Amino acid sequence: MPAISFQNVGKTYSSPRGAVHALDDVSFDIQPGEFFGLLGPNGAGKTTLISILAGLARASRGKVSVLGHDVVSDYAAARRSLGIVPQELVFDPFFSVREALRIQGGYFGVRTDKRANDEWIDELLENLGLADKANANMRQLSGGMKRRVLVAQALVHRPPVIVLDEPTAGVDVELRQTLWQFVARLNKEGHTVLLTTHYLEEAEALCGRIAMLKLGKVVALDRTSALLAGTASTMLRFKMDTPLPPQLAAQSRVTGRIVQVTAHDAAEVERILGVLRQAGCQPEDLEIGRADLEDVFLEIMSGAPRPAVPLRVAV
Amino acid sequence: MSAVQSPAVLSGARTLLYKEVLRFWKVSFQTVAAPVLTAVLYLLIFGHVLEGHVKVHGVGYTSFLIPGLVMMSVLQNAFANSSSSLIQSKISGNLVFLLVAPLSHWAWFVAYVGASIVRGVVVGAGVLLVTAWFAPLQVANAAWILAFTVMGAALMGSLGIVAGLWAEKFDQIAAFQNFIVMPMTFLSGVFYSVKSLPPLAQALSHLNPFFYMIDGFRHGFFGASDVSPWFSFAVVGASLCAVCALCLHLLRIGYKIRH
Repeated sequence: MPAISFQNVGKTYSSPRGAVHALDDVSFDIQPGEFFGLLGPNGAGKTTLISILAGLARASRGKVSVLGHDVVSDYAAARRSLGIVPQELVFDPFFSVREALRIQGGYFGVRTDKRANDEWIDELLENLGLADKANANMRQLSGGMKRRVLVAQALVHRPPVIVLDEPTAGVDVELRQTLWQFVARLNKEGHTVLLTTHYLEEAEALCGRIAMLKLGKVVALDRTSALLAGTASTMLRFKMDTPLPPQLAAQSRVTGRIVQVTAHDAAEVERILGVLRQAGCQPEDLEIGRADLEDVFLEIMSGAPRPAVPLRVAV
Repeated sequence: MSAVQSPAVLSGARTLLYKEVLRFWKVSFQTVAAPVLTAVLYLLIFGHVLEGHVKVHGVGYTSFLIPGLVMMSVLQNAFANSSSSLIQSKISGNLVFLLVAPLSHWAWFVAYVGASIVRGVVVGAGVLLVTAWFAPLQVANAAWILAFTVMGAALMGSLGIVAGLWAEKFDQIAAFQNFIVMPMTFLSGVFYSVKSLPPLAQALSHLNPFFYMIDGFRHGFFGASDVSPWFSFAVVGASLCAVCALCLHLLRIGYKIRH
């Protein structure tokens, strides 16, 4: 039985400009114990999909289930199996960190007056670096600390499936490391993790499988290693102050002085270097390396043909 | 959503009730002390001006005024509790903590209305304790007092949920409070007997459900009222059922909270 199952999920919003199709026939399963990445640009439908999973929104078409429990007809069991870390930095200003965690646990039927649960709350606080903030009011915490409390709130009822919706957006390196160490540990202990993020290096490092959404459709779904293997395997990176020759513009990505050019083989690397020499360009700090997930992502999102990686929907 | 009644669900409703009571109790200076002070000021001003000039149902004006002020405080605070909690959670975004929880619409309803009743009773008791020093007050029938307190607070707590779900900004809740709740409570006979009004105003007062809540509540103190307490009970009971049905329907469909 899949940990999460999306079957032909569609979501249509009505707007003054007419119907907006936020999701269009999205289908895939996430197996128990997987660390799964859901990627896509802003507006691709990632948060809409997670909102439907969490019960914050309703699908216009299709079915979604968590460990076999339908999120509409069997919502209580589905939600008890899910721990959601929302994207927005929200908090209840009336309560301390410990009160907020006890209350959140209570909503899920975890008796808040039992010592056992407070031990789990203490463990969460310790692992997320919040131990000394347990009795602080939520208003007194920094943004990073509030983000940690959101993670603790999602885990307080010990859900088997954890959903992290851009949990590291705008947070410092220390929190990212603390968070990923903890989530990786939970994943090793058997928890299923669904992650959406804009930090593609995180997805590449953590996720065994990845789905990419574009305009509400799944445009890629495969093991992370297969996605990487199927892309242009070589990437030239260098710094340059002069404009790029026009014949390289289509296959290049320029960020300030940094230029990245994709190449499929050694002969193409030679050709690119030749074009640069002919144009009188003087690249600095030239590196030739393997393409990363960001390159795969940009290639897929640009709609470029990817014959080596057909869309695969099976696990 | 179906109302799943399992120990976990009951625990969820109990936790939400506890959280809602704790929420207003943490700011009790604003949610309890301030409305008690407001009611005392009404009593001092109107009592000072009219005591000795007006007698209603055979009692002095200050004695007549006290039950009306108590009930008005119960009703306004019960409404404020559920409506302000919901709109604050919606606007700050922390309603998501409840939306992702396995709580049925019945659990939401019981918890929010329960907390509204608790706040209404606490504020009403506070007003009664403070104002009882200013005039003699008798209790003719405690059962009517209790029945109209609970029913009135439950009705206003439910109405507060409806307003909280409907509103998208604080301004709309304030409008609901200032243009609907406040005029209906002020024009319900808190400060006067509707029998003293001209026939048209009297007839209009009888269309106001708040009138029956206050008149029935007052009957519990004086054993006398403008209409029969049984009739008031029936009107308030029917109004309560109608508002509760609307409230439960909106919670079940996730009106303006699940998209």
